[in-house]
Amino acid sequence: MNHSISLTVNGARRDFVLDDPRVTLLDLLRERLHLTGTKKGCDRGQCGACTILVDGKRINSCLALAVSHDGADILTIEGVARGDQLHPVQAAFIAHDGFQCGFCTPGQIMSAIGMMQEAQAGSDPERIRECMSGNLCRCGAYAGIVDAVLDAQGQMDESNQRRSA
Amino acid sequence: MKQFDYVRPATVAEAVAAAVQPGAAYLAAGTNLLDLMKGGVSRPDRLVDVTHLDGLDAIETLADGSLRIGALVSNADLAHDPVFARSYPAVAEALLSGASAQLRNAATVGGNLLQRTRCAYFYDTASRCNKREAGSGCDARDGENRGHAVLGWSDSCIATHPSDFCVPLVALDAVVEIEGKSGRREIALDELHCLPGNSPERESALEPGDIVVAVRLPPAARGFAAHARYLKVRDRTSYAFAVVSAAAALRIENGKVAEARIALGGVAAKPWRVRAAEDVLRGVAPTADAFQEAAWRALTDAKPSGDNAFKIELARRIVMRALTLAAAGTPARLPALPASPFAATSGAIHA
Repeated sequence: MNHSISLTVNGARRDFVLDDPRVTLLDLLRERLHLTGTKKGCDRGQCGACTILVDGKRINSCLALAVSHDGADILTIEGVARGDQLHPVQAAFIAHDGFQCGFCTPGQIMSAIGMMQEAQAGSDPERIRECMSGNLCRCGAYAGIVDAVLDAQGQMDESNQRRSA
Repeated sequence: MKQFDYVRPATVAEAVAAAVQPGAAYLAAGTNLLDLMKGGVSRPDRLVDVTHLDGLDAIETLADGSLRIGALVSNADLAHDPVFARSYPAVAEALLSGASAQLRNAATVGGNLLQRTRCAYFYDTASRCNKREAGSGCDARDGENRGHAVLGWSDSCIATHPSDFCVPLVALDAVVEIEGKSGRREIALDELHCLPGNSPERESALEPGDIVVAVRLPPAARGFAAHARYLKVRDRTSYAFAVVSAAAALRIENGKVAEARIALGGVAAKPWRVRAAEDVLRGVAPTADAFQEAAWRALTDAKPSGDNAFKIELARRIVMRALTLAAAGTPARLPALPASPFAATSGAIHA
């Protein structure tokens, strides 16, 4: 049986007909939309490489059936920059060498963006490490990742202050 | 993953009717179920998607002071609800000590209760497992079993229930609201999970078609807010299941313990409430000696199921430490590392 769903992906509404309910959001993004920035690492919810925002919240897209997320608003790594202007978290990862091979990086960045929106970590490095523990980096670039997140958090706090001043 | 039919019911009654058939399973967030399906451990013929049902995602205070948590509330939304975290701090701490932020954003209250064991032999379809396939045997008994049960286990199964959330919930007398083919009923959370006995394939008191619609905390559960902690020893500091955990909640009046609640996690096939240990503390001063006695009583019936005798002593010390921290008072802020014994928290002493 076919299932029709519609999603908003990076701001654009997309309609899909799924001929198999087993398709995950991860596979839909990669195979149907060719948005391959979202990575398939473990495919079992353990590594975080497939992290995307669904209705503003970070989740593992490998453990989400597309058919169940009919109507969802999805943000992937392809949707965070504004044209050529990188998202502050993307820029901070480059500035702080927050990666080596880069495979986990889209998931790390999406997770960091989600974490900042959750406002549970602030600028406490121990909280950042705790709140980012769902994203593994096998190259071990954690020190750079934490520095990048701290820097981006600082920049965003500053720009928020400027906006409210 | 095996093929399945996908059904999206419009009402709870439709969901029950669709799920009552053999081979059907409810789908909420799927953070555990999809993992099990990918591994061929769970092989449902039909998934009944309850995520679009209305009315199951509210956190409401009832007229009598109970708190009712809809089964579809996410772990993160519940833990970060300010009123909830203030009223039931040990439950919030337990939730935030579990899984990762991504999983907590998706995983639901109902799904957390009904998640399956993380016994590696249950997950490995090449191994014998009485829980996965009744009567096939148990490879955990002679296998890698340092993390397995020390309470309530049987020769058929030594798996543990992995939930953190359930541990303080059972200590606080949580009630589970269930909708089934004969209507609405409720049972104590303590009655939801079964011990393995000779039939470890039966894991809960739920019948085919039954769906958990809400979890309720009774009015008295708020009385422990000032002295409640959850402590969890893990093989790594974050994003790991408990080796051993404990929830401790105290009501202290005039320098004496008016009432104590203690439950253990990671030690049995269900969250393990220890009423005998609670009784030790009733009416006495919250001293190290009293906590030591309670910790001893909590593990009286424990016995190793393999290479895990260390968990018994570890559990005693975690009960002792959780009681000590609870007596010192619920911290104004959650520790940076929720439930970690290694988090810097004033009042912590080593048992």
